[in-house]
Amino acid sequence: MVENSLPLVSVRNLAVEFTQHGGGPVRALDSVSLDLRPGRVLGVVGESGCGKSVTARAMLRILDRNGAIKNGQILLDPGTPQQTDITALPGEGNRMREIRGGRIGLIFQEPMAALSMQYTVGNQLMEAIRVHNDPGKAVARERVIKLLTDVGIPRPETRIDTYPFQLSGGLRQRVGIALALAADPDVLIADEPTTALDVTTQAQILALLRRLQVDKQIALMLITHDMGVIAQMADDVAVMYLGRVVEFAPVNEVFGAPKHPYTQALLRSVPNLRAPPHSRLATIGGAVPQPNARPSGCPFHPRCPDMMPGRCDTTAPAPVPPGQAGASCFKVEDAARVAADVKVEVRA
Amino acid sequence: MLMYIGRRLVLAVFTCIAISVLTFIIIRLPPGDFVDAYIANLASTGSSITAEQAESMRREYGLDRPVVIQYALWLGRIVEGDFGVSMMWRRPVTEVIGDRLWLTMVVSFAALFLTWILALPIGIYSAVRQYSVGDYFFTMLGFIGLAIPNFLLALILMYLGFRYLGLSVGGLFSAEYAQAPWSLAKVWDLTKHLPLPACVLALAGTAHQIRIMRANLLDELRKPYVITARAKGIPERRVILKYPVRAALNPFASSIAYIFPYLVSGSIIVSLVLGLPTVGPLLLQALVAQDMFLAGTIVLLLGVMTVVGTLISDLLLMWIEPRLRITGR
Amino acid sequence: MSATTASSASAGASLADDRLAQAGQLRLTWLRFKRHKLALISLFIVAFFYLLAIFADFVAISDPHHTDARRSYMPPQGIHLFDENGFAPHVYGLKGSRDMKTFKMVYVPDPSKKIYIAFFAPGYEYNLFGLIPTNRHLFALINPTPVDGIFLLGTDQLGRDLFSRLAVATRISLSIGLASVGLSLVLGILLGGMSGLYGGIVDTVIQRLIELIRSIPTIPLWMGIAAALPNTWTVLQVYFAITLIISLIGWTELARVVRGRFLALREEDFVIAAELVGAGQFRIMLRHMLPSFTSHVIAAVSLALPAMIISETSLSFLGLGLRPPAISWGILLQDAQNVQVLAGAPWLLMAAVPVVLVILAFNFLGDGLRDAADPYG
Repeated sequence: MVENSLPLVSVRNLAVEFTQHGGGPVRALDSVSLDLRPGRVLGVVGESGCGKSVTARAMLRILDRNGAIKNGQILLDPGTPQQTDITALPGEGNRMREIRGGRIGLIFQEPMAALSMQYTVGNQLMEAIRVHNDPGKAVARERVIKLLTDVGIPRPETRIDTYPFQLSGGLRQRVGIALALAADPDVLIADEPTTALDVTTQAQILALLRRLQVDKQIALMLITHDMGVIAQMADDVAVMYLGRVVEFAPVNEVFGAPKHPYTQALLRSVPNLRAPPHSRLATIGGAVPQPNARPSGCPFHPRCPDMMPGRCDTTAPAPVPPGQAGASCFKVEDAARVAADVKVEVRA
Repeated sequence: MLMYIGRRLVLAVFTCIAISVLTFIIIRLPPGDFVDAYIANLASTGSSITAEQAESMRREYGLDRPVVIQYALWLGRIVEGDFGVSMMWRRPVTEVIGDRLWLTMVVSFAALFLTWILALPIGIYSAVRQYSVGDYFFTMLGFIGLAIPNFLLALILMYLGFRYLGLSVGGLFSAEYAQAPWSLAKVWDLTKHLPLPACVLALAGTAHQIRIMRANLLDELRKPYVITARAKGIPERRVILKYPVRAALNPFASSIAYIFPYLVSGSIIVSLVLGLPTVGPLLLQALVAQDMFLAGTIVLLLGVMTVVGTLISDLLLMWIEPRLRITGR
Repeated sequence: MSATTASSASAGASLADDRLAQAGQLRLTWLRFKRHKLALISLFIVAFFYLLAIFADFVAISDPHHTDARRSYMPPQGIHLFDENGFAPHVYGLKGSRDMKTFKMVYVPDPSKKIYIAFFAPGYEYNLFGLIPTNRHLFALINPTPVDGIFLLGTDQLGRDLFSRLAVATRISLSIGLASVGLSLVLGILLGGMSGLYGGIVDTVIQRLIELIRSIPTIPLWMGIAAALPNTWTVLQVYFAITLIISLIGWTELARVVRGRFLALREEDFVIAAELVGAGQFRIMLRHMLPSFTSHVIAAVSLALPAMIISETSLSFLGLGLRPPAISWGILLQDAQNVQVLAGAPWLLMAAVPVVLVILAFNFLGDGLRDAADPYG
């Protein structure tokens, strides 16, 4: 674990619940802990519904109306005198609005839907700048043109007055990135930024993100369900399942030596170019449970090939401690204890 | 964009032509022709005209020519400003109509204006505070507004005003201004009297528009660009008003355009109940007496003004929706 | 869906399969509809009123056409339920007295005269369902004098019982609404269908026509046409003319709904599949598209009906629609037009109650049906 700097954002034991209209509360996040460090990319991967987006939204306090943070902390600048707990701030207060865009930026999945069709690109970008320390219309416009150049949009002086519906998907996503960067945040959350794009554009966007992140030393949280993107971009990986982080490790470890049975199954299910022809695609048996029907004990146990009856279905394994590589799994815990015992024995 | 304006203009012209044809048909519907009716009218007062006079009248009005020619002649005269003569009043139609047509438009526009300023904020409120007490209250009010025909509402209001407040509610002017020439004071008097008829007229349309705004805004509020706006750090009120409301404004404005004909229609009946000096009571009288030139002219002018009003709404719509401006669709 | 495409593939299509596919759609809609309590209640209200329309004369008490100047403008008389002997519903008889101010003979209730009410009793003669002559009514007076009556809602200027007239008016007002909507439906499906199915120039022309009709203020037009109807026409002729006029203007909304559905359905996979299998245009329309938009059309119809009822009521209110001796809600409301009259006889406004109730009910019903037909639409 390379810990050369303090994290910019520390999420500790975050729990989020949604209330259904005419039903019980649904636990969307259960004891999630993450760190975002400057200059590093944290990849958050998992199937649809595992809580990746909810984490991002919770961090910006833009959850849907029926969602609430039930427990945990989201610390901005932890360990410094300016440490702030985002969960403790009033949701609509000035401080929170400063953080949105000013400290933490969000890039959305669908560029078509994420930009309003009623206003020009320039209008929306300038708004993002002027809402934080308004430098005046002229300066803001200059900055927007520079932003557009930075994200690789050709002829920004003309493009600034176009409407989003006049741009292609790739260009729109670049605008989306520009939007997130407009107020110069030091933390960037990209929620599936390339899922809606074709492969060529995807490569370009990822390269752009990488460049920007290195240039400005931004802490990037990259949310995706695509293992390929993770392999390409991430420094550290957090694997999520049903609202919990089930494994956390540097990217090489996750791909080289995955510990959690879910991670192993995910990697197995990626189609392999070198597999023999006509071999079946591996799948993970079963399906992701409905959010209001959480399994008891370990959330993955109904689909786990290594499930230990009596243990995995009764108690949940301890969550992954933040900042360390680990997996939330009894099998992994046991193996670690055995290895520690062996070490002791060997030394002795 | 020019394509769009062009299309609407052409359609407007065609509509006016269609209205003129329909009006002409209405004028010619009653049995007999204008001269017969004129003779009958004269007879009731004891005078008459000779057969030659009748013949020359017929020739003058072109009543001995084929129908299509008559239509063309009539249209030609209208373009010159000659709308014919009212039988009942024995004066040119334009004189008889006088201010009434303008007043009809004033009342209709007032109702349209009221619809806008009521439906927009209430619709927004209902959507943003969905399921709240206010939302249910306005929804119920809206349904009642839709269910009571406007003339009934006018009737009930008049009765209540009379019974409990002892006033004669209705009319557009106080007694002293009714026949007076136009002055600033008269305009002010008119403005004071406008709210009641405007409210009665506007109720059903407002209820309808509130539902449209509410439904569309609810849809828009769920969309990702709203969350983008919030994530930029914009204050919540601006987030709602600048983005989803603007998007929901499009269907709102395009359906309001078609409320205008309905308002003009409604004002006819409501003016009868409330005794407004607009075109309504005059039209009814003219139709009952089969004073066809008067009736036809009123129908024609009402139709044309409605088309113009709708066209203006369409142009307003274009100004609101950038997609229309740029792609013309 | 697979049931329908399968049935189009095999020539000897199993009728049961088709019925299941169609029943599936309708049954689903019905189940969704039942969840809207308000819409369900409205369904019952509407059904109640239509039943009333069918059995109007049965429910009516006095002959709606029978005038008697002696009992002009009588306020509503209650039914008294109990007398000295227990439960015996009755009304008070009327006795004449001279009004000291106007010196006119007026009739006022006389508590000493009790006239009893019986159920399923004989009353005035009428034809049940227009065919069966009978004189049974839901309730009627036993041995009344000609001037007596049960005046639940009072009487009008000519001494006619408002309650009975309301009941009979229901029949005409509701049936005109139904007839107009029926005609509009035919026009709407025809023109809207052609518009949506063929597209191109047919669509453009019909669309422009619809826009044209929508931009014209309707009431002046109606008034013009209605006023031109000759005075010599019978009530029935006027009835049909009014129906025609109202539907000629009201079909546009239905046409739009139908066109919209056709356009949406044209792109649906199951229609394309049927085309690929070689099914003809007409068959496609009937077998595959029709079941899909039935629910939408039903919703649009129940929303269009109240508009038609308001149209007829407005026209008759103005005196340009149906004419006496026909009885409709509009005609009844015409009596209430004058505020002076209303001040003296406010019960005349009661005619407004069924109008408002029915329109509200149809609106809720239509809303519920529309939500049930297409919850995401």
